[in-house]
Amino acid sequence: MKLTLGPVLYNWEPDAWRDFYFRIADEAPVDAVCVGEVVCSKRLPFFQDPVPEVVERLASAGKEVLLSSLALVTLGRERKQTASLAREADLLVEVNDITGLTHLDGRPHAIGPYVNVYNEATLSWLARNGARRVCLPPELPASSIEALAKCCPDVELEVWSFGRVPLAISARCYHARLHKLTKDNCQFVCGKDPDGLPTDTLDGQSFLAVNGVQTLSATYANLIENIADLADMGVVSCRLSPQAVDMVAVARIFRDVADGKLGPEEAQHALELVCDGTTFSNGFFKGACGAEYRTGAPAGPG
Amino acid sequence: MELICPAGTPASLRTAVDAGADAIYCGFRNETNARNFPGLNFSPEELTEGVQYAHFRGAKVLVAINTFPRAGALELWHKAVDDAVAAGADALILCDIGLMAYAAEHYPGTRLHVSVQAAAANPDAICFYVERFNAKRVVLPRVLSIPEIAAITRASACEVEVFVFGGLCVMAEGRCSLSSYATGLSPNMNGVCSPASHVSYENAGGTVVSRLGDFTINKFGSGEPAAYPTLCKGRFQTEVSTGYIFEDPVSLDAATLLPGLRDAGVTALKIEGRQRSRAYIENVVRSFREALSAMEQGRAVPAGMLLAMSEGQSNTLGAYRKTWR
Repeated sequence: MKLTLGPVLYNWEPDAWRDFYFRIADEAPVDAVCVGEVVCSKRLPFFQDPVPEVVERLASAGKEVLLSSLALVTLGRERKQTASLAREADLLVEVNDITGLTHLDGRPHAIGPYVNVYNEATLSWLARNGARRVCLPPELPASSIEALAKCCPDVELEVWSFGRVPLAISARCYHARLHKLTKDNCQFVCGKDPDGLPTDTLDGQSFLAVNGVQTLSATYANLIENIADLADMGVVSCRLSPQAVDMVAVARIFRDVADGKLGPEEAQHALELVCDGTTFSNGFFKGACGAEYRTGAPAGPG
Repeated sequence: MELICPAGTPASLRTAVDAGADAIYCGFRNETNARNFPGLNFSPEELTEGVQYAHFRGAKVLVAINTFPRAGALELWHKAVDDAVAAGADALILCDIGLMAYAAEHYPGTRLHVSVQAAAANPDAICFYVERFNAKRVVLPRVLSIPEIAAITRASACEVEVFVFGGLCVMAEGRCSLSSYATGLSPNMNGVCSPASHVSYENAGGTVVSRLGDFTINKFGSGEPAAYPTLCKGRFQTEVSTGYIFEDPVSLDAATLLPGLRDAGVTALKIEGRQRSRAYIENVVRSFREALSAMEQGRAVPAGMLLAMSEGQSNTLGAYRKTWR
């Protein structure tokens, strides 16, 4: 099983962002790393300078580097950013909105988790169109993942395996709305919440996390107990989505389980320590409510 | 501009046609459409009869097959496409790439409309569907302002349809798993959002608590009407503040924007609400038909004409007004 580190979804300080990737390059046992702004085009200018050195450091460390595109493209500048990324990048581009496919013109690329790949027909179509690797939507149950892996063994399938689950994207910025700012004058308040802004029910139950225009789960997805299941299905890679926790430690735990050096139960305990009490979920994979964590075998097709 | 009206039942279809709809959209009675609610939708035979009723009166029927087919179960969605074409549908409203490929290959003569569930929000994404699948129309996601819509109609080689009334998704459509996170059932996979099967209300000392699955979505004091717990229109708390952090319980009413939408080059106006009653459909369709007539005759479109029909008795212009963001 390979490990892929997804793009940082939060508005981290540029220096912290760069240092995070440097440490990943030097210490994390991951095979591939996605770099790029997926959530908000307004944040992009902050990361443009450090991107080249981050890419070089990761590549020198032997990581495959992918450049991730924006998940929602509406404005003119977002179209231009997406077009230039798709047309000019030397590295494999991870397409997170259909917009990118228009510009790739059949050249090899990756499909990110924000593109709706729910069935064999769509996966096959995308593969014929040049998709080499596909990170499946986190909502998919095990039965769908299994069917998709069977139908396209040539496509490297990846499954969302760790980190808050991206649940929705909007034109409206909820961080700006909460702080009574307009989106155009948002003062980048999302930067105050490097792991997302916890959003609870009126009963104080942990529920969601707001990240600018994106809404994520309060739970961290965690498929550490299901790595063997994923491998059996033919899944090639587990996606680890960066949270404000020790991601090198997270990667090592996943690596050790995938290599059979650590049992799932010990690994679960180790992850609990690293994640400092954040609740885990695997409900989507189990065909249940996404927020749940279920042990045992996933539900059958249905 | 064409007026595109919802029908959840054969009776609603006839009502909408009689009230002045240019086209009706509807779906089959299963998970192939995004309003997969108990007691709603059409059998293939009912659709055939509905198409005949509409065509006889000069109206069109558009069939929404706008969920994402489940892996291992493509036949159900293929059959929906086959049945819709056999019934004489004037267009298929699709969102899934694989299903569009199926329709374009097997029924190249049938018009393909890109569903709002595909969230094609710019000319490049629209161009993709036009070039690859010969799409004739795109239903725009509810994330765009009127100037942005105008830019899209100028740059796109297909017709543009926009929502003007009814329920309002605040998230980009077809890209939202909030409902399945709380209930296991989603618009994309099951054709339902915040499904009634997972809704409960509890009265605790004068406070009505509305819940979806295991999660409290809102609480209402005495005298406050208890709205349906649609997840993105609930009240939640953060360290910054507590309230309707995503959207207030409002619905869309863009009637006053009709001239702007016409000038933006919009081809068709869509009314949401296949789950609504015949009385609702009749009232909304007639009102919009009147508003369109008023506009064509150079009269002002009356504001708030449909206020009483809206969820929570208040409405919004949504993303059409840029400050909504």
